[in-house]
Amino acid sequence: MTLTLSHYLILGAILFAISIVGIFLNRKNLIVLLMAIELMLLSVNMNFVAFSRYLQDPNGQLFVFFILAVAAAEAAVGLAILVLLFRNLKSIHVDDLDKLKG
Amino acid sequence: MDFKTFVFFFFAAILVFAALRVITARNPVHAVLNLILAFFTAAGVWLLLEAEFLAMVLVMVYIGAVMVLFLFVVMMLDIDLDKLRQGFWRYLPLGAFVGLVVALEMALVLGGGYFYAPDASLPAAAASNTRELGALLVSRYVYPFELTAALLLMAIVAAVALTFRGRKPGRHDDPASQIRVQAADRLRIVKMPAETDAPADEPAAMIDNPPEQSA
Repeated sequence: MTLTLSHYLILGAILFAISIVGIFLNRKNLIVLLMAIELMLLSVNMNFVAFSRYLQDPNGQLFVFFILAVAAAEAAVGLAILVLLFRNLKSIHVDDLDKLKG
Repeated sequence: MDFKTFVFFFFAAILVFAALRVITARNPVHAVLNLILAFFTAAGVWLLLEAEFLAMVLVMVYIGAVMVLFLFVVMMLDIDLDKLRQGFWRYLPLGAFVGLVVALEMALVLGGGYFYAPDASLPAAAASNTRELGALLVSRYVYPFELTAALLLMAIVAAVALTFRGRKPGRHDDPASQIRVQAADRLRIVKMPAETDAPADEPAAMIDNPPEQSA
């Protein structure tokens, strides 16, 4: 039994599914929601790297590079918003975030 | 089952376990620590895929910076855990169903042999993964690269602007007001009538006739 592309793709799919379940379970906890999104990005990156390896094409790895940069920016801004939210509401409970009456 | 396959399954098992712990951990600090484990193991899988540069970036930038930022924020916030865990398992059946369907669908498509690609290892000449990526980055992707730099700068400014609460009260200089200052702000000239009938005989005499020893 040798490793094929499918092994890596299925690993990525399992990670993606776990993150979806995580978003369902932690729908009230903003910080774990952010973590589940990070996990989702990791699974996508895994697919990019696997395809890049098996198609012998380094362009896919550069996409991962850019995704990592964007994810870092997203985490920084998201956590800043989280801190601001906690400062104003003293809670990160998603049910408390109804000021906009959406 | 050769050694490479064994390493892959070893890493994959740790990765899935860590991911499951991330979404079910009661304490958010444990969730972050498990996320660090997941990223570290993913870096191992990427090494297996011969993406050495990205694996190192994942460890250094992602674990070293982003996850530590997460850890800081989680430890800074004083979270009421019981309220956040309320009804935690209520959506588990629905969530597990959706997750299972997603995983099964993807496994059906991806595992069916449509994506079969032989494990052709790279020729030995193309050894330096970093050199390869760097050459692409400054030639073909130079414009996206600069856009990424601008994006990161924007994220810095946004994060600072969001969390900045004004300067702390204390001793500090305000150069703008220092430049704007007029003479009238610093010196007040009070007009008052000269005092003529002051009984100042003795000091006046001292001035008119200075003492001998000073001459």
